[in-house]
Amino acid sequence: MSNKKMYGFVAFLVIAATILSACGTATPTPAPTAAGSTEVEVFSWWVGPGEADGLAAMIKIFNADYPSIAFVNAAVAGGAGTNAKAVLATRLAAGDPPDSWQAHAGQETIANYVAAGQVLPLDDLFASTGLTSVLPATLLPLISQDGHPYSVPVNIHRSNVLWYNPKVLAAAGVTANPKTDFATLDAFFAVCDQVKAAGKICLSLGAPWTAIHLFENIMIGTIGAAKWNGLWTSPPTTDWAGADVTAGIANFAKALSYTNPDASTLSDWQTASKMVSDGDAAFNIMGDWAYGYFANAAPNGLALTPHTDFDWAVAPGTYGVFNFLSDSFVLPVGAKHPDAAIDWLTVAASKAGQEAFNPLKGSICARTDCNQALFSEYSQDAAKDWTSNVVVGSLMHGVVAAPAWATSIGTAIGLFQTDTTQTGSFQVALVAACAADGTCK
Amino acid sequence: MFRKFTLRVPVLCLALVLIIVGAVCVVVLEKTQLIIAGKNITSIAILLCGLVFYAGIVLIISMFENETMLSIALLLPSMVAVAIFVYGFIGWSIRVSLTQWKGLNPNYAWAGLKQYYLLFNNNPRFVIDVRNTGMFTVGFILGCLIIGLGLAILLDQKLKGEALFRGIFLFPMSISFIASGVVWGWLMNPATGNRITGLNLIFQKLGLDSLISLWHSTPQPWGMAFTVLPAVWQLSGFTMALYMGGMRSISDDLREAARVDGASEFQIYQYIILPLLQPVTLSAVIILAHMSLKIFDLIVALGNKAISLDVPGIYMWTTTFDGTNYAQGAAIGVLMLISVAVLVIPYLINNMRTETQL
Repeated sequence: MSNKKMYGFVAFLVIAATILSACGTATPTPAPTAAGSTEVEVFSWWVGPGEADGLAAMIKIFNADYPSIAFVNAAVAGGAGTNAKAVLATRLAAGDPPDSWQAHAGQETIANYVAAGQVLPLDDLFASTGLTSVLPATLLPLISQDGHPYSVPVNIHRSNVLWYNPKVLAAAGVTANPKTDFATLDAFFAVCDQVKAAGKICLSLGAPWTAIHLFENIMIGTIGAAKWNGLWTSPPTTDWAGADVTAGIANFAKALSYTNPDASTLSDWQTASKMVSDGDAAFNIMGDWAYGYFANAAPNGLALTPHTDFDWAVAPGTYGVFNFLSDSFVLPVGAKHPDAAIDWLTVAASKAGQEAFNPLKGSICARTDCNQALFSEYSQDAAKDWTSNVVVGSLMHGVVAAPAWATSIGTAIGLFQTDTTQTGSFQVALVAACAADGTCK
Repeated sequence: MFRKFTLRVPVLCLALVLIIVGAVCVVVLEKTQLIIAGKNITSIAILLCGLVFYAGIVLIISMFENETMLSIALLLPSMVAVAIFVYGFIGWSIRVSLTQWKGLNPNYAWAGLKQYYLLFNNNPRFVIDVRNTGMFTVGFILGCLIIGLGLAILLDQKLKGEALFRGIFLFPMSISFIASGVVWGWLMNPATGNRITGLNLIFQKLGLDSLISLWHSTPQPWGMAFTVLPAVWQLSGFTMALYMGGMRSISDDLREAARVDGASEFQIYQYIILPLLQPVTLSAVIILAHMSLKIFDLIVALGNKAISLDVPGIYMWTTTFDGTNYAQGAAIGVLMLISVAVLVIPYLINNMRTETQL
């Protein structure tokens, strides 16, 4: 480097450093205040259409209730929460937790954050806000560890919904009504044979994860809510190697035989749901976020008319069961503003907060006392079931199994999809997955 | 070492300014935060200030007029960075792969080779991964070499518009694998009936119904073979460029001499050009193989993590980030590194030897 050039470079560095240090001193961090919290930092991955609006509505209520606390929205975009979870893990490892963060209620919270001692039990908050009395009694054990709840569920989505196209069913000469006549999977399969004979796909399936979603609902439809819950207790009261699971696997194999052969090449769930509304397939088992996709106006939805273009029922064999998943918020150990964090959780647990958030997100309230007039027709339907049904947790969406266990089950399901005659080795893999988790001895 | 030292006052002053500014800036930034347009860039700023500080030290060293010392001083930052961020993290991954770390909290309890054992002992997914990687690598390399060499020979015929064709054949390489995976996913859409699209639709319209294919959703193992198509499409142009470079470096005298001896054009290629291109082929194989052993983005875009199209990269991702099984994920990563190292290290050693001989 010639001397001239070197001096130029050096001069540049000096200027850059001066500017940087000037900026640096100009924006000092607000010193953490011990008493009288001034802000609350809430971490989530709600940045998409609907969910971000819902969060904004909830923040508005928070600001009205606690005008002295500044709300810091630390939402991270991308990958349905995958990016956010990576950022969160880094912050937790660095001992810099946000004041509260979003986590799927159930084992995803318990196996990740409770087991690591990163969050506090919320018994007091559940008592002071009266949350215990307005949540379904069957929900509490699913979001608790040793009897202590660890997260405040803000919204509820339902996994076991059967979406269908009434026109396709009519054209195939199907007289059975999916809302009432699919008490067993066999009744559903009989209709599938009719649909197949009419030259349509009976059950549309999307990207590989939707097969796990299908698996859980077929399994619940086969063995019922009580035995499904028994698969996840420690130690399991339902035997993974037993005849119940064998029957569920047989039904899963049968259900897969009615699906589209190109399922694995579809990019996500929407394509599979669209096959129903396009009239290429009769049924699709997908969570209730599909309602927004069907009914909302473009560009986020297909703007279809309920009951004529598409309709919904509870997944076959799961009448009276509500297979749920939920976004919830936690109280960290070592929060910088613990009082403000509790204020935020109080809003998240409140009727007003949940009524503001859920209609925009397209989910239902975790509380059973929300004003139903605010919600869509589907949500009102689901809310009725939420108060009256047996609540069970979703496998695909983090409620019943720790992430490592859920991933091994996902691998087993993926391997099974490549050859659905291998029912025996599939069950062996499920047993092994439970053993590797440490739940099965 | 310090035999020569020329004190130049302006340089010394500048150096002192840099050192002081850098040090003050680091100390200040340590205690505060730098937020520009809502982004916290404190760590980047500290790094820059550190460099300013270091520039001052380099200036002082430069006054010794010792070239070895100066070059070491200039290289040191990047050497430290590579040592930490490449070799340090490789070592870290190896360490994690020998532990029981499962879940978000690090757990460094010693597990020996258990994570590797779990992969090799009756793990059907890993078997599929190895088979798929092997199939992909072989298809990808052969496809690129054959098509690349063919294109290079065609362009070697001194035809008009050679630059244009060279550009066209090279362009696909500028597209990222994830983008070409998405587009080829549309082209190779296996849907039939009234949902038929992409290449299948073209075949149907042309009456070539026998060519309509399930593409990459063909029941395993053959579905994986179709994922080679976009990869070859993308990198055969690159292989062509390598071969063309090789051909240009072969002296025309050799061709002339062969022609004088009565060799046909075909024989010139057979006996002169191709044997002389062997080192190019070796380089191409190394470059292509290390890409295909690490392939992730293209397969994710095409197969959406379907097990029938699984590769170690995807297995590592799901195990580590979806399953929070960090030890197992690290073990898969280390095995991928070893598979690439087995290929590249002998090549590098060989290269170094020939270089020293020269």
